[in-house]
Amino acid sequence: MLTHPHALATYGSDGLAQYHQTPLAVARPATAEQVQAVVRACFEAGVPWVARGAGTGLSGGALPVAEGVLIALSRLRRIIAVDLDDGAVVVEPGVTNLAISRAVSPTHFYPPDPSSQVVCSIGGNVAENSGGAHCFKYGFTTNYVIGLEVVLSDGTVVELDRDAPGYDLLGAFVGSEGTLGVATRIKLRVVPVPESVRTLVAFFEDTSAAGDAVTAIVSAGIVPGAIEMMDRLSIKAAEQATHAGYRLDAGAALIVELDGPEEECTARFEHVMTLCSEAGARDVRVAQSDAERALIWKTRKAAFAAMGRIAPAYYVQDGVIPRTRLSEVLGRIDELATEYGLRVANVFHAGDGNLHPLVCYDAAREGEPERAEELAGLIVKACVEAGGSITGEHGVGVDKKRYMPEMFSEPDLDAFQRLRCAFDPHGLANPGKVMPTPRLCGEVPGPYREHPLERAGVAERF
Amino acid sequence: MLSSIIAARPATFEAAASVLARATADGHTVRLLGGGTKYSWGATGPESPIELCTGRLARIVEHNAGDLTAVLEAGVRLSDAQERFATAGQMLALDPPFASAGSSEAAATIGGIVATGDSGPLRHRYGAPRDLVLGMTVALSDGTISQSGGKVIKNVAGYDLAKLFAGSFGTLGLILSVNVRLHPKPAGNATALGAGEDPETVAAAARSLAAAPLELDALDIAWRAGRGGVLARCAGADPLKRAQRAAQLLRDAGLRDVEATSEDDALWERQRAGQRSSEGALVRVSARPSTLADVLRAAALCDGTVVGRAALGVSYVEVAPDSVQRLLGELPEGARGVLLDAPAQVRSAIDPWGVQEGPALELMRQIKTRFDPAGTCNPRVFVGGI
Repeated sequence: MLTHPHALATYGSDGLAQYHQTPLAVARPATAEQVQAVVRACFEAGVPWVARGAGTGLSGGALPVAEGVLIALSRLRRIIAVDLDDGAVVVEPGVTNLAISRAVSPTHFYPPDPSSQVVCSIGGNVAENSGGAHCFKYGFTTNYVIGLEVVLSDGTVVELDRDAPGYDLLGAFVGSEGTLGVATRIKLRVVPVPESVRTLVAFFEDTSAAGDAVTAIVSAGIVPGAIEMMDRLSIKAAEQATHAGYRLDAGAALIVELDGPEEECTARFEHVMTLCSEAGARDVRVAQSDAERALIWKTRKAAFAAMGRIAPAYYVQDGVIPRTRLSEVLGRIDELATEYGLRVANVFHAGDGNLHPLVCYDAAREGEPERAEELAGLIVKACVEAGGSITGEHGVGVDKKRYMPEMFSEPDLDAFQRLRCAFDPHGLANPGKVMPTPRLCGEVPGPYREHPLERAGVAERF
Repeated sequence: MLSSIIAARPATFEAAASVLARATADGHTVRLLGGGTKYSWGATGPESPIELCTGRLARIVEHNAGDLTAVLEAGVRLSDAQERFATAGQMLALDPPFASAGSSEAAATIGGIVATGDSGPLRHRYGAPRDLVLGMTVALSDGTISQSGGKVIKNVAGYDLAKLFAGSFGTLGLILSVNVRLHPKPAGNATALGAGEDPETVAAAARSLAAAPLELDALDIAWRAGRGGVLARCAGADPLKRAQRAAQLLRDAGLRDVEATSEDDALWERQRAGQRSSEGALVRVSARPSTLADVLRAAALCDGTVVGRAALGVSYVEVAPDSVQRLLGELPEGARGVLLDAPAQVRSAIDPWGVQEGPALELMRQIKTRFDPAGTCNPRVFVGGI
């Protein structure tokens, strides 16, 4: 248990550094039993808590609460069982995403692969329902979690199983951003490594032409393992970082990766190359070796970090749109950027319409951070208006909760709250996240006790 | 016994919600109904004075071919939706019984399929209804209409209530419409199949295919009268060639009568048919995939027949009605059986769910209380008397 102010400061932010809050204390349990003991003690004292994995989240989901305990799960990092006959692994929440694929290699792998996979923890992935570049074909975290051991906010331990009769508590828990409890043991499905992988990067005049290629590929019934797009600005930034030879005169780069059985992959890959050319690709480069393939991906994954080379600061959005509205929404983002006098780079998962506009700004210029945030908000709004979502994989956390009413009406939010109340009637687990306004649960079972949020004066009962 | 039942067939979401709201206000319970193909599943609850049928909520609201998504009202027959999607070379990757396009018996609605979590052989690759539903609109028993999720294939905003309603047997409220993800419909299919008499050999053959990088659309087992089989379906660019590779793996694993065929629709229709029983009793078993041989042995001991998803550990075992208890007792440790089809007297004599008291069940009761505090919707048909 850490209580010294210096030690606590380390845990004040997650991957979204503009939010900072020092917790009352940080608990660093080493076992599930210790997690349970901390949660139970919090329940008895009426103290809220926040679970934290590797702290790489980009929505402030692991932001501590001032009057609460932060439960850091990084010491729970055992791989408990690898059972390839069942196609499953059982791990503790602090295990990194990449360590899971390593544990089942070379025959199997764990498909969801967020960009932070080297460091991000599987417990955090479960909380956020993380995606990654390969989820258009392979699905998301929620499609791979088959069992969980969860500590509920009253300290009760519950086993959730995908195929257990009854409500799909497991499905409700994955992606609940730490507000329904904390997972202490996670069982995941793993799948055979594809026999063949073919990767290309194609350069286009602009994002609209690259978008046409995406539509043509998907319409042909091809489901690429990954299909990623970068615009002019992000190509420029990433190329400076990796020197992969990406064309600086291109308006868009499209990375297409096919994987699967040899004959299937070969036949489809030829088709993809033709479709890219037909959509106006100026240059199509096929990775001829694992090293070349790795370099293509390195450049894509470097895009976020490399943005630091062309702007002092940036704000990442995570909007989703129906893929067919791509040109229209990108056009709208361009208009908005011009209007605000700010640069917006676009990197996105083109297959599933998940955009990551990076709004560049200079914090040293007065009012610019605020303008950047306002612009980011309008981008999210444009996504929702196009029939999409405010977040595709980063989660709502604290950062996007203000946009929730853009997507959901009051009755929708009320239904969410019913679920929250069934799991955590006292609102102790990660309070202040996801829901746009603090709300408490009616008819709290058991004797009335003053809610910590009431005591803190930030919420009232209704 | 009640003398009359009011049958409500609302044509709008608002009308459906008001049926629930009024019933709740009047202290009545309501039975929810789609195509009625699984009406007897679950526990036998008390008779309700009102039956709410989704038959007129039958619009295909959207089919966004370019985005591979669709919005379907709950009463849409899956077979009708599939015909529509097929015109764009697409499909909703769900193939439970009573939903085959072109069949006169295809009465299963998307609402009923999602509410019961029913699926077919395609679950191997594409998942269960929970995995294909992107968002949902529901009516709660107080008349609230609420939406969750979205219409895009990637979205993590808000709680995933669609997962909670999928498989909830209508006990949380009425599903009004679902937003679903579609997939390209394969141009062709081919299946490798082989047979064996020893449960362990059959199970091991299925395991070797599950671990092979063949991207199978389906991987099923079957067991009948002392003989079992493995079926592996391939789709895509050259399905027969891949099925021949799968067939070689089945031979290597010691199966006999191995072949690969492109004429495979009837094979899979038979697998689907094996998931239901009109005369006997049908138990859905969930077990670790590595215990498949034990499930086959248990079924064989009870003169049962089996079809199932080998890599998922889901088996459908048909036995004579008086063998249900014995089958449940013979299942390997950790396996769970849920009784689906059975004559009424068998179903009313046992708890078809077999869920033990514990924190998970307690949590489920809390969820029921929060969503349907008056207990209006489908009373006592679900686990633990929910």
